[in-house]
Amino acid sequence: MTSIALTQTAALGARSVVRTARQPANIIFPLVFPMLLFAVNAGGLQSATRLPGFPTDSFVAFALAVPFVQGALIATINANVEFARDIQTGFLNRLALTPVRGIILLLGQLGGLMTIALAQAVFYLAVGLAFGVRLASGFGGAVMLLLLELVIALAFASLGSWAALRTGSTEAVQSLFPVFFVFLFLSSMNMPRNLIEADWFRWVATINPVSYLIEAVRSLVIEGWNWEALALGFAVAGGLSLFGFTLATRALWRRLERT
Amino acid sequence: MRDTLAVARGVSWRVLHTFFTNPAFLLPSLAFPLFFFTAFVGGLSRISQVPGFDFPNGYTAFQFVFVLLQSAAFAGVFTGFGIARDFESGFMRRLMLAAPNRRGILLGYVVSALVRWLTVAAIVTVVALLAQMNVGGNGVDLFGLYALALLLNLAGTLWATGVAMRLRTQQAAPVMQMPVFLLLFFAPVYVPLALLQGWIHAVASVNPITPLLEAGRGFISGSPELTLAAFAIAVGLIAGFAAWAFRGLRSAEAAG
Repeated sequence: MTSIALTQTAALGARSVVRTARQPANIIFPLVFPMLLFAVNAGGLQSATRLPGFPTDSFVAFALAVPFVQGALIATINANVEFARDIQTGFLNRLALTPVRGIILLLGQLGGLMTIALAQAVFYLAVGLAFGVRLASGFGGAVMLLLLELVIALAFASLGSWAALRTGSTEAVQSLFPVFFVFLFLSSMNMPRNLIEADWFRWVATINPVSYLIEAVRSLVIEGWNWEALALGFAVAGGLSLFGFTLATRALWRRLERT
Repeated sequence: MRDTLAVARGVSWRVLHTFFTNPAFLLPSLAFPLFFFTAFVGGLSRISQVPGFDFPNGYTAFQFVFVLLQSAAFAGVFTGFGIARDFESGFMRRLMLAAPNRRGILLGYVVSALVRWLTVAAIVTVVALLAQMNVGGNGVDLFGLYALALLLNLAGTLWATGVAMRLRTQQAAPVMQMPVFLLLFFAPVYVPLALLQGWIHAVASVNPITPLLEAGRGFISGSPELTLAAFAIAVGLIAGFAAWAFRGLRSAEAAG
């Protein structure tokens, strides 16, 4: 990538971040809502740690993985709603008339989103530490966790950008939120998969990619360096990113062709 | 009185017509309770094996009561969203000009919220029975359970109506939704109160929704408990939120 392309990507990424920062609702909601759900679940399900085979005696530590995935999801929806608005208002069309290459538009958007997700992840980590959670993987695990969060955010962001580019509709992107939410709740977010009693639910959680994202983050918090969980988490997030990015790139070309 | 009823009939017909003919309104109302029911019963049923979990009718019935009450409260909140939408579209101003008795507007929204919830409750009940929910209570107990949920629906509607009448914008949705969400989820949702520990136990102990939830679970298991307290709280919530909603109506009238 040339220095000009880098400058353009950075400028578009910065625009994405600043636009989000200017809307308090887009900052507060992704920070507060995952923390509320975290508080509710960590408080209400603490007694689950008394089940034989439960991997930790602290449900706070067990549940800390969820905000990382949920926060990435909410940030993605919010930022891609703005991206869809750019399409609706014609900003993307005007930008397409400039020398900026199409792929730079996408990279700038995704970069901005990942920056926001990273800031959120630092906040969640700080809250977890404040509530007495100690990462079993240590300082290196915290760095790995933030890296993993970036890949998870890229996965959701690329899928969200595809939806924004494909439909060009803020409502369509917003409607992705319940869909992502279903994936979150039908995962191993509240119970290890081997302890899920209902066979059908365990099966759904096993084929649900979100389970592997949560379990990778969780492994760093409560287990230490579980390379299998990490490899699965990175593979799923990387695969989704690649899939979403390919779709988003094709949708971008089509949209620019139309203009 | 006839004017009030005529306005109420018109308002409730309009809301219900929109609700039943537009999937964008019908589906979220149905999907959220069913989704919570599925996720909690499917994913967390092992919780019933925690030492001290003494609910006799199984985890499906335990969660059904929560989902029923949650659907009742949120049917009211969703009605509040509709009122805010009517303000933004300008429909409410025309309605207030046309209505000979504006209390009928409130009554119409309350009736429509009730019908919305009854529809959702019927479907959630059928799904729970298909999921082999174990019901221990008799007809009177179950009547008590649904009556309690109905009162919570009324309270939720009046709360959301009061907010919508004051703020008159769809951006008020989190103000309607978040307190209800917090009250519901800071109750003993996943396990009985005795199994909660620490701060959540302290919060759940003073949460007015907790007696409603415990009374509801008592009804479905056939061992009613806290019945009087639960109904007293529900009636108290309705009285308070009715005043809140009527003052909201006055505020909307004053704002023109």
